[in-house]
Amino acid sequence: MTDPTLIRNFAIVAHIDHGKSTLADRLIEVCGGLSEREMKSQVLDSMELERERGITIKAQTVRLAYKARDGLTYQLNLMDTPGHVDFTYEVSRSLSACEGSILLVDASQGVEAQTLANAYLAIEAGHEVVPVLNKIDLPAAEPQRIKAQIEEVVGIAAEDALEISAKTGEGVAEVLETLVEKLPAPVGDRTKPLQALLVDSWYDSYLGVVTLVRVREGVLRPGQKILMMAAGRSYKVDQVGVFTPARENVDELGPGEVGFLTASIKTVADCQVGDTVTDDGNPTQSALDGFKPSVPVVFCSLFPADAADYEDLRESLAKLRLNDSSFVFEPENSQALGVGFRCGFLGLLHMEIVQERLDREFDLNLIATAPSVVYRLHMRNGSLLELHNPSDYPDVMKIASIEEPWIKASIMVPDQYLGAILSLCTERRGEQVELTYVGNRAMVIYRLPLNEVVFDFYDRLKSVSSGYASLDYELDGFRESDLVKVTILVNAEPIDALSLIVHESSAEPRGRAMCQRLKDLVPRQLFKIAIQAAIGGKVIARETVGAMRKDVTAKCYGGDATRKRKLLDKQKKGKKRMRQFGNVEIPQSAFISALKMSED
Amino acid sequence: MAQLAVYIHWPYCLNKCPYCDFNSHVAETIDHAVWQRSYGREIAYWADRIGPANVTSVFFGGGTPSLMAPDSVAACLQAVASAWDLADDAEITLEANPTSVETGKLAAFRAAGVNRLSLGVQALNGAALNFLGRQHDVAETRVAIETAAQLFDHWSMDLIYARPDQTVADWISELEDALTYEPEHISAYQLTIEKGTPFFADHRAGVFELPEEEAGAAFYDETNARLQDAGLARYEISNYARPGAESQHNLAYWFARDYVGIGPGAHGRLMLNGAVRATRQIAAPAGWLDAVQRDGHGTQEEAMLDVLQLRDEVAMMGLRLSTGIDKAAFAARVGIPFERAFSQTRLLSLQAEGLLAIDAHSARATAQGLVRLNSLLVYLLSR
Ligand SMILES: Nc1nc2c(ncn2[C@@H]2O[C@H](COP(=O)(O)OP(=O)(O)OP(=O)(O)O)[C@@H](O)[C@H]2O)c(=O)[nH]1
Ligand SMILES: C[S@@+](CC[C@H](N)C(=O)[O-])C[C@H]1O[C@@H](n2cnc3c(N)ncnc32)[C@H](O)[C@@H]1O
Ligand code: SF4
Ligand SMILES: [Mg+2]
Repeated sequence: MTDPTLIRNFAIVAHIDHGKSTLADRLIEVCGGLSEREMKSQVLDSMELERERGITIKAQTVRLAYKARDGLTYQLNLMDTPGHVDFTYEVSRSLSACEGSILLVDASQGVEAQTLANAYLAIEAGHEVVPVLNKIDLPAAEPQRIKAQIEEVVGIAAEDALEISAKTGEGVAEVLETLVEKLPAPVGDRTKPLQALLVDSWYDSYLGVVTLVRVREGVLRPGQKILMMAAGRSYKVDQVGVFTPARENVDELGPGEVGFLTASIKTVADCQVGDTVTDDGNPTQSALDGFKPSVPVVFCSLFPADAADYEDLRESLAKLRLNDSSFVFEPENSQALGVGFRCGFLGLLHMEIVQERLDREFDLNLIATAPSVVYRLHMRNGSLLELHNPSDYPDVMKIASIEEPWIKASIMVPDQYLGAILSLCTERRGEQVELTYVGNRAMVIYRLPLNEVVFDFYDRLKSVSSGYASLDYELDGFRESDLVKVTILVNAEPIDALSLIVHESSAEPRGRAMCQRLKDLVPRQLFKIAIQAAIGGKVIARETVGAMRKDVTAKCYGGDATRKRKLLDKQKKGKKRMRQFGNVEIPQSAFISALKMSED
Repeated sequence: MAQLAVYIHWPYCLNKCPYCDFNSHVAETIDHAVWQRSYGREIAYWADRIGPANVTSVFFGGGTPSLMAPDSVAACLQAVASAWDLADDAEITLEANPTSVETGKLAAFRAAGVNRLSLGVQALNGAALNFLGRQHDVAETRVAIETAAQLFDHWSMDLIYARPDQTVADWISELEDALTYEPEHISAYQLTIEKGTPFFADHRAGVFELPEEEAGAAFYDETNARLQDAGLARYEISNYARPGAESQHNLAYWFARDYVGIGPGAHGRLMLNGAVRATRQIAAPAGWLDAVQRDGHGTQEEAMLDVLQLRDEVAMMGLRLSTGIDKAAFAARVGIPFERAFSQTRLLSLQAEGLLAIDAHSARATAQGLVRLNSLLVYLLSR
């Protein structure tokens, strides 16, 4: 056990790509957490997907032993956090386990949207915030200017901010000293009943459910019987340990310490992040505050490409949710795509990442519908309906009004791209709130309908600014709007999975685009096929797939009968993969492609 | 007495054509006496199994049956005549390739009892014959046609169209050329790429390209129109004849009547003891010979067809004909009435779309239905 005065808990927060994971590498290296042989860049980005994309998705915790210049050895618990706006929830949780934060700022790029957003999160969490300028090895680095920018935009003192290069290691030793000096030590009483915050949990195929905790009071030991207070379940602790970053078992975790426990937990639902872990026989009187539940803002449906994988998908979603409490799912049934799940995410990247993880880690082949948002439907009978799925859209006659979610977006951009950004926002029904300059960088604040943002806004933002614009957003309530449901019909039968809810003004172009796409994807067949987009009973776009011209075997004599009949049997079986719409059968693959293309 | 069509397969060719997936082989030497005896034995075996029947047609197919010894043909016909009743006017067809050697044997085949010749012309264009890997040039082919026309009251020619680089106009003038010989019957096939043939690999590798669906349809429509003008009516998807000159033997397949298959790889359909059986003989020539020597027949497989299989076959074969399926014959063969054998909604929607015409006695694919028969069948026959 370590004396709490010798413990420092801190998170590294920054805008995406400003070097958090690389700094974590250097800190691990300096403290000798890994041998040279074990070291690789961004070693904490252990997921295959993280390494491939070069971004952090999951926050990671490492315990380091640092011998400071005062001769004492400190226990440092470092939390590397993700920088992308979609993973803000990961950041908040990590912050609640620490007393301080390093605010890392790229000395050439300066303050970006997430620098600001994450700095405010740290300040709100009551953290001591230590600004550090990174990447000073870059010729374009302008530490003096950026320090001024931090003071002006973020509003914290930055005059004495350290100037480092996480890449070369320059200045990294100073970072450690500064942490020991400036950050407060955690407080806590080891004689009190155990009170620990459940920060994170995940499924490990070897260990089962692993739970990351931050001990506030009391002591956690193997063999102890613990109680998850909110879940109301108790378990006997198997192992207690830390990551250095290698997994290492310890005899106990005391106040101020961060580490993991395993307890043969089978039910993933029993490990909700934010819960308080206490001693079952001697429980604490006060549960910790926990976390604000995360609110999913983007929804899509996921279907197994092979219906036989449905149960696997359910189980995989449950396991993944343990690892990522910010996404939600519930069963859904679609005529075009079969049985699957409606899922909610924190944003588009989050959605993409979850889909990819299901694909890779669980080896599931999935079909995803186009992303959409939550609508509030005020019904004529006075009730309020929260609509998560366009296919649940009720009869229009019963709807009094519809509200859609809006966001407040902060966009930072070099001023030469400002014009393009402003027209993009206007095109997306945005309303300008504020426009300020810091040097030659503009910061604009816009209110925008979220619906317009989930549909390729981020990509467009990047492309019109040559990648220089950064975006942060928060939800900004609901507003009434002229929204309509566009239904896509094949031979007069609606295809639930392809319906869209859009603003009246874009109903026709979006409907037309979908019809055209389907026309190219649906193979010609025996009957001609009408593809229509409609609002209620009114058709707003239509395309026709002509009947096939010729499909007949030239030669068929006595000797061919058996062979041809067997071929026919095979084709009949092939029909099972088809979805029937009146007379016509459409391969599921056509819908899948239509959905894929609508994400572009 | 029951009617029976007899198919006799000759498995050898001078050379293997690159588009062909028939059971045909090239052999150094052929012991004609052994073949003659073996055919006789297998005919006797089936005579025993089938019992008395009226043979309405005999067809020597291949392979290249014009490579048979004419006395083997005569012996086969004698065996058939002694096994069953063979009427004097029964159609007796032999497939012949138009090389000069074979043309020299045509008179002998007639003398052996053949009364209808099916000539594998394929093309009347030197480059095309070459591309198709044929062993006859255009001049030889013309001599063969003239000889056939002289010797036989009934004869037919096979043609293959929609070849790479062929235009519809090219094809129609080739067809005109063929029509100058005034055939009473023409089988005109669109070139089909069969799995496992050299053409299959070449086509996939892009060595040559074939007309797309749209162009293929244009070839077909023009063929129909031109032959119709010449008085040759389409009675099956790829078969055209002056009224009365239809191939009786091939009609037996499409009407789903009984036929017995003799020789390597031959298939049969026989109603025995109230059930329809699908028979298949051993395909390898040597294997078949051995089996016949040993067992008196070379049957590889004999399987009972269930109602659904029968229904599928009868529909698949019958809808190829312009006259379509005769409902009474359907019920007699399949065992259930036509109306009860198919989904009513599907029958109705096919009629509504103008693809199927159904009246009190028959059901036939319309011209629109015929050209889309494969998809029509999948739609009609799948659940
Ligand atoms: N030149 C230079 N490059 C650096 C420095 N620190 C990090 N980088 C590079 O910047 C890129 C992003 O680094 P990461 O450490 O993955 O950034 P991050 O902040 O963890 O990114 P996210 O986790 O995705 O938010 C990588 O290509 C690093 O090699 C530095 O001091 N100098
Ligand atoms: C049993 S085959 C062969 C008869 C004879 N051996 C010959 O080659 O002339 C009968 C006919 O089928 C046609 N045929 C064979 N293979 C074909 C293919 N791949 N595509 C189109 N027609 C084909 C040819 O017209 C051929 O004459
Ligand atoms: S001659 Fe006839 S059967 Fe022989 S290989 Fe050529 S097409 Fe086939
Ligand atoms: Mg990172």
